[in-house]
Amino acid sequence: MKVTLRVWRQENETAQGRFEEYEADNLNPNMSFLEMLDVVNEKLTGDGKDPIAVAHDCREGICGTCSSMINGEPHGPENGVTTCQTYMRSFNDGDVITVEPFRAEAFPVLKDLITDRKAFDKIMQAGGFITARTGSCQDANALPIGKEVADLAMDAAACVGCGACVAACKNSSAMLFVSAKAGQLNLLPQGQPEKDTRVLNMVAAMDEAGFGNCTNQYECSAACPKEISEEFISKLNRDYLIASVRSSVKAKPTTMK
Amino acid sequence: MILDSKIPSGPLEKKWEKHIMDGKLVNPANKRKYDVIIVGSGLAGASAAATLGELGYNVKCFTFHDSPRRAHSIAAQGGINAAKNYQNDGDSVYRLFYDTIKGGDFRSREANVYRLAQVSANIIDQCVAQGVPFAREYGGLLSNRSFGGAQVSRTFYARGQTGQQLLLGAYSALSRQIGLGNVTMYNNSEMLEVVTIDGHARGIITRNVNTGKIERHSAHTVVLGTGGYGNVFYLSTNALNSNVTAAWRAHRKGAAFANPCYTQIHPTCIPVSGDYQSKLTLMSESLRNDGRIWAPKKKGDKRPAHEIPEDERDYYLERKYPSFGNLAPRDISSRAAKEACDDGRGVGDTGLGVYLDFRDAIQRLGESAIRERYGNLFDIYHEITNESAYKQPMRIYPAVHYTMGGLWVDYNLMSSIPGMFVMGEANFSDHGANRLGASALMQGLADGYYVLPYTLPHYLANVPREAAPSTDHPEFVKAEEEVNARTKKLIDNNGKQTVRSFHKRLGKIMWDKCGMARNKSGLQEAITEIQGLKEEYWQDVRVPGTAASLNQSLEIAGRVGDFIELGETMCRDALSREESCGGHFREEHQTDDGEALRDDEKFHHVAAWEYKGENEAPERHVEPLIYESVKLATRSYK
Repeated sequence: MKVTLRVWRQENETAQGRFEEYEADNLNPNMSFLEMLDVVNEKLTGDGKDPIAVAHDCREGICGTCSSMINGEPHGPENGVTTCQTYMRSFNDGDVITVEPFRAEAFPVLKDLITDRKAFDKIMQAGGFITARTGSCQDANALPIGKEVADLAMDAAACVGCGACVAACKNSSAMLFVSAKAGQLNLLPQGQPEKDTRVLNMVAAMDEAGFGNCTNQYECSAACPKEISEEFISKLNRDYLIASVRSSVKAKPTTMK
Repeated sequence: MILDSKIPSGPLEKKWEKHIMDGKLVNPANKRKYDVIIVGSGLAGASAAATLGELGYNVKCFTFHDSPRRAHSIAAQGGINAAKNYQNDGDSVYRLFYDTIKGGDFRSREANVYRLAQVSANIIDQCVAQGVPFAREYGGLLSNRSFGGAQVSRTFYARGQTGQQLLLGAYSALSRQIGLGNVTMYNNSEMLEVVTIDGHARGIITRNVNTGKIERHSAHTVVLGTGGYGNVFYLSTNALNSNVTAAWRAHRKGAAFANPCYTQIHPTCIPVSGDYQSKLTLMSESLRNDGRIWAPKKKGDKRPAHEIPEDERDYYLERKYPSFGNLAPRDISSRAAKEACDDGRGVGDTGLGVYLDFRDAIQRLGESAIRERYGNLFDIYHEITNESAYKQPMRIYPAVHYTMGGLWVDYNLMSSIPGMFVMGEANFSDHGANRLGASALMQGLADGYYVLPYTLPHYLANVPREAAPSTDHPEFVKAEEEVNARTKKLIDNNGKQTVRSFHKRLGKIMWDKCGMARNKSGLQEAITEIQGLKEEYWQDVRVPGTAASLNQSLEIAGRVGDFIELGETMCRDALSREESCGGHFREEHQTDDGEALRDDEKFHHVAAWEYKGENEAPERHVEPLIYESVKLATRSYK
């Protein structure tokens, strides 16, 4: 098969970007989308041109590195997969495919299809953890956790931190990302002591990083490669409300470095 | 070069405890005076950085990824072993130790493996406390499953994403320490050189992959947790950016490289489908709990699986290894698959595949139970092959997955460069010639949470409590110049062939001649071919772009250059080890029924290679393996 690519090319963070067109020929429908880009890049390199910079690593949908907007959809046309799990059989012979980076104010473009997502790390540093000093823990089975709760926590924990939720949102909100981590930890008994500070601090860090507000349209959940449910956003809102009301707890200001 | 393992004296069960007591401590107020560089943020790196930061050391952690959470540990699927005996099925620290040492074909260090089994139970406690959502039973207790090479259920898991959940646990602990200011995190920073001053590791040179900026970082000690080197084969289950550069640069500066030929070929991966393929995808070993592996009995049988009647199927693992059956260890299962395919009984278009069949399990337990256990793996299989494993058996074939070899370390995890420590897959010590399933996660976290934090003070206590060396020290200047010269050579080379084309060629040599089966003439040919490839590489590789910008071609070019050198040393190691053991199978050394034939008299030792200079042959050193508790036996899973 053969496709025409319209790819976002941008030399660096401050340069003006533009779309450029490339022909990709002799493709096998069983190639992954990134393997197709490999072929294009080998040709560009051979022709003495600059290959397309694209974020990728594990190529099995778990590391969260790949992050391409394909025909206006984060990670392309299929549901529940990442860019690296998108295969050429999802496209038709002769298609024109538009490829862009995940766009958001909090995710500046570094080059071509690569963005800087360190804002997610900042949110994690503000509260995405349970304090458990190494070596100080009780026996793992001393704290039984019902299977339903454990499974629900695992559903939230499946987040790969790719940022598709942000890219899909018209407000560039990171609520699905934040709610997935806060939801996982807040559901578990181990997470209870820090529950209030966790949500307050994570939400504060999210706002500080420049992500927008959530207007409950749930494009995020539809675009999520791990199909994380928007119900975690509702849970985050409830947890946030309760935490705000409890007067003894105040949000610590986070420091952005 | 003297390889002193520093194994403590005394009975096996008491060695670790005794060693902790014998070592020195650094008092809490002095800890902050020590700068610790940790390279890598996977299970070993992140857990060590979090733990040492929490203890009060001044930690700097480096990763070439855009976030510590992207380290390749995240891709581990199946599980993590621990001697908890929660299933009441006869597990114990000694049994986990023995299974691991036997699984490694008696080529690992006894004391290291025993320590690993001892701390395994603490890891599970730690992870649960962090909120790792392990699978649970309805009563709320933790669930277990079985993995290859064991007859007990001691593997803890989080669906098919155990590595992800353990790494996110360590990453969250690390994130907390970063937020508190105890750890400084350097993302997008690839280590390209180690700096030694008066023979001690005192810093590193990094390149910021986003800007191309070269940076010098100094410390009192350098710790590597930089993973394995499976990508020397080009196609492997490793993430595309996994590489040997940090370890190889350390090797060139004096760190011995131990047992490089011990590579793990994992039996259950999705077969190669075309020349464009960029990586291979693993189907977790846990599938072998319920899936049955078979090949047609008849050669060249092209009928679809469902048309092949029961009596024309060869469930070869169950036939050859009745007591372990489909849960035979990885090296043995891989070779058996190769044997069936070499015999002309392989399935699929290429004939390089065997079946992993869930028909019987679905009949016994129902499709929903199988979906609950392995749903995400079946989904991955479907995405890649467009076939449903609920309806027809999976096609699988062995692929490179893990490397047991790595930088030589002593019992303290210190390499042969004083002050440089190596953890996780990057070191060599715990898995011998074959790693059992669900043991990599255990080792990575054991090293980071429970071993290094105890052994590092033994070294630091003797390091003067003065500031880390200045980065203007001549050794830093020299190391930076080396990095710049290498980069300039690559960029200015202006050759005709792409980096990837060289990597593919290297991979083919390695897979054909240093892969699942090796022989003397093949390895000798491989060494000559790799030397030729190296020369051609530095003459004719083309690296587009500039050094001072985000340049993915340049990143890969440096790594492939190092893989080529490593490939040669691997072949030398495989050539000099005139025996078969674990993942190292020399065709000249096998039993009548095709099993690995060890030579304990001549090869019950670790082979560690010393770098002798550009285009010089490395020197082979030997550390004898001294077993005080275990009797050497022929490994049998029959």
